[in-house]
Amino acid sequence: MSGFADYAKLDATALRDAVVSKRTTAAAVVEAALARIAALDPRLCAFSSVLAESARERAKELDFALARGEPAGALCGVPFALKSNMCLEGVEAHCGSKILAGYRPPYTAPFVQRLLDEGAIVVGTTHMDEFAMGSSGENSAYAVAKNPWDPARTPGGSSSGSCAAVAARMVTFSLGSDTGGSVRQPAALCGIVGFKPTYGRVTRYGLVAFGSSLDQVSPFTRSCRDMELVMSVISGADEHDSTCLPHPPIDPDRSDSVRGLRLGVPKEYFAGGLDADVRARVEAAIQQLVALGATTVPIELPHTEYAIPTYYVVATAEASSNLARYDGIRYGVRKPGDGSLQGMIAATREAGFGPEVKRRILLGTYVLSSGYYDAWYVRALKVRRLIRNDFDAAFERVDLIVCPTSPTAAFELGEKSDDPVAMYLSDVMTVPTSLAGLPAVSVPCGKVSQGGKALPVGLQIIGPSLADARVLRAARVFETATKHQSELYALDLSALEGAAR
Amino acid sequence: MSQTAIPTSGPTPQGVGVVSKKTGVRWVPVIGLEVHCQLKTETKLFCSCRYEFGASPNTRVCPVCTAQPGALPVLNREALALAVRVAVALGANVAPRTKFDRKNYFYCDLPKGYQISQFDQPFCTGGGLTLPSGKRVRLTRIHLEEDAGKAIHDRGDTTLVDLNRAGVPLIESVTEADMQTSDEAYEYLTSLKEILQYAGASDCDMEKGSLRCDVNVSVRPEGEPWRTKVELKNLNSFKNVKDAIEHEIERQIEAYESGDKSKFPVQETRLYDATTQTTRTMRSKEDAHDYRYFPEPDLVPFHVEPAFVELQRTMLPELADARRARYQRDFGLSAYDAGVLTGSRALADFFEMVVKLSGNAKETANWITNGVLANLSDPTIAAKTVDELPFRPHDLAELVQLVTDRTIHNNVGRTVLRAMFETGKSARQIVKEQGLEQVSDEGQLEKWCREALVGKDKVIADVKAGKTKAVAALMGPVMKASKGSANPQLVQEILLRIIQTEM
Repeated sequence: MSGFADYAKLDATALRDAVVSKRTTAAAVVEAALARIAALDPRLCAFSSVLAESARERAKELDFALARGEPAGALCGVPFALKSNMCLEGVEAHCGSKILAGYRPPYTAPFVQRLLDEGAIVVGTTHMDEFAMGSSGENSAYAVAKNPWDPARTPGGSSSGSCAAVAARMVTFSLGSDTGGSVRQPAALCGIVGFKPTYGRVTRYGLVAFGSSLDQVSPFTRSCRDMELVMSVISGADEHDSTCLPHPPIDPDRSDSVRGLRLGVPKEYFAGGLDADVRARVEAAIQQLVALGATTVPIELPHTEYAIPTYYVVATAEASSNLARYDGIRYGVRKPGDGSLQGMIAATREAGFGPEVKRRILLGTYVLSSGYYDAWYVRALKVRRLIRNDFDAAFERVDLIVCPTSPTAAFELGEKSDDPVAMYLSDVMTVPTSLAGLPAVSVPCGKVSQGGKALPVGLQIIGPSLADARVLRAARVFETATKHQSELYALDLSALEGAAR
Repeated sequence: MSQTAIPTSGPTPQGVGVVSKKTGVRWVPVIGLEVHCQLKTETKLFCSCRYEFGASPNTRVCPVCTAQPGALPVLNREALALAVRVAVALGANVAPRTKFDRKNYFYCDLPKGYQISQFDQPFCTGGGLTLPSGKRVRLTRIHLEEDAGKAIHDRGDTTLVDLNRAGVPLIESVTEADMQTSDEAYEYLTSLKEILQYAGASDCDMEKGSLRCDVNVSVRPEGEPWRTKVELKNLNSFKNVKDAIEHEIERQIEAYESGDKSKFPVQETRLYDATTQTTRTMRSKEDAHDYRYFPEPDLVPFHVEPAFVELQRTMLPELADARRARYQRDFGLSAYDAGVLTGSRALADFFEMVVKLSGNAKETANWITNGVLANLSDPTIAAKTVDELPFRPHDLAELVQLVTDRTIHNNVGRTVLRAMFETGKSARQIVKEQGLEQVSDEGQLEKWCREALVGKDKVIADVKAGKTKAVAALMGPVMKASKGSANPQLVQEILLRIIQTEM
């Protein structure tokens, strides 16, 4: 069966319309997706597994249901990908780690089930930094995903594969997870939309935990209207997660305007370390929003400089405990060691975890240890509160905050992989929002030229708690007015086709 | 975990402790208990698995209690309700806001690599209970936590893990170091068990592991500050607890009296071996785990509303102490009978239901303490507990009524009760089927009496001489002839009438 010719030109909203109005079939869409993955992924390495058979079967079912006149779901026939730290019953979720090689979850995450129930078709799982610990995808134990704009560069991380898959239009949308920026930063580096909702808007049940108080399921899409659509499906209360908020799913904002919105511009985000070209693009974007009727207000978020150290105490403390279950006893890889229980656990973890994961487990174990707990963990919680207070104070004066998503455009693979702190600093613009639990989107705002390559830049729009719909509306108005979205569709990937890994 | 608060000194109660034969020093033991009880909830603490003791291994499990990646805990409100009910029963203070913490350590029976427990904000503090001896034992705290699975080590050189028990709710209650003797510890456990059982919170069955107890013991010479405490584990029965404490007190006194500082007790955990009745070192203070407690980020801190606490108070049944007093006061029962009838909540509830139907508390008490309990302890009877009785309270009330209104004789009643245990039929049905109703037909009774008088000249002479009690010798033959169904009072009247008027 031949694929749907316009597959790579449409966003999810348009693709679903094409399927439901019978201009094409779900089966033809899936064939187009599989063909594009086959052509591009050998070079881009976004996918860990491609679920061709189950995707074809599901497409057939959906086409039959449509033929019978049954009501079509909100994402009927739209192919998507899952980060491999998400549970889909029977499908390997290795989390980018050797320790979970071959691990097939016995259950499906509710946020995945909601997408499937709306007719979305899962076509594969994607590569990632091991246990979502990284900002470039290079900490994967399996394969390093590439940036479609320049395969010598990182697509960002940790949701590297999920981002590259959407940017290269192999799938129409995908799910990533954002703990300190793992969706917003790659979205910025690949020129697509990435959104981290308010903490608690999407259930975490079935998302393999890294930092429990920070993790949020966060989608990648190519348009803001798609983001609103996907969020309306996956958000909302869930009885399996006590930290999931009881609020109803995010309802897209009806307004098409930013007129009158007060935009806070935090001076700390435009300080040293910010690439001059990136800065220029972001400042231009803010001016475009002003031209659309918004006003700007200079604001201060004085505790921003403490965000990275605070994050690396809180997230590693939680991770050291969350990753304790990988002991080789019930699932995943097991190494016998000296034959004793402690020996087996030690050998399994020594062989199963990569260096970055070990570094963070050690950090987290240290900050929770007796005698160090108050000086590190308790103090970090206090600073986290101060960072949240900064935002609360700002949002008394402004409706949204606008700033860069990443201090630089996509960097080259290998450039920072030997320098953990430099890598950690690439999340400096996204981590504060994560610590405060606030909704934030990265939306494309133009390109910069580096090393002869045109590389995308992302504008970050941050909202107060629960103002997810307002954040997405502002992004949509900006996208509609500026059409930066079209730059992605103009990106010619034919040079990558058929090339070997 | 050892959280018993041990102050450095305290008042020495008069006349307690052990006087050393060697030195004449009066050594005063200081004892505190940590008791873990499984709560009798429908489902586990953080998932919807139903626990069942003895179920086939790893059949009562789900992604949450086997710690599958991505699975999250959700608090079972029923467990909180039962825990609060226990707190209320023990007069403790329920905290308006409480949270869970992670206790991190690696072991094969601990699937997540941490136990969800409560560290610095237990749901309940204070309270205590008064022992039958009048001694008051104060509680430091009670907290809620999940049980671990079970590691089975005796299968060759492999260890097997059964996670059925993983995630079952536990409450850990920690006493102040208020006890001075092993008997007090034993009494405390018995009283605590009674309260938990009456509250419907736990089975408290040590054999099934639904109650587990660790002990902290130290000794000090009378009037001196408190000394190093030792924790005792692996205590599998209340008797073990008592024996282990006695052994440990002796061991510590001997160690101090040896004068050799290298032999003095050190802060450590010791395992009790019931077969040798001795303890041995399990781990010293230096080996103690750093559990790296921190607030459980998967469970938000929660509020316990005063109305919720009050609701649990109203759902708390009348406890054993109160029932014992009421049975003596309102029913005129002896302290002994009141004690027997309140031996378990099921028995006390059964007794009260029968009384309500029979209207005769004393007779009902007799039939339960002598009849029902005797049958339950008979190995040839299938039922072993009140819950397993093959008949209803209504049936026993009927039996009591049949006896009190003299439809059947007391001895016949015993036969009927036995038949009720064996067949599950009602008392009236058994009496009818076996023709056990007392015969009060005077014609028939007179016939049996005249037969019995044949050749009993001595008895007749005695009666005529005024010794009316002598007729008792004739009762047996009459009852025998009637197969026990003759109304004994009528028989006596008829015998006297015949002797006195006709002979």
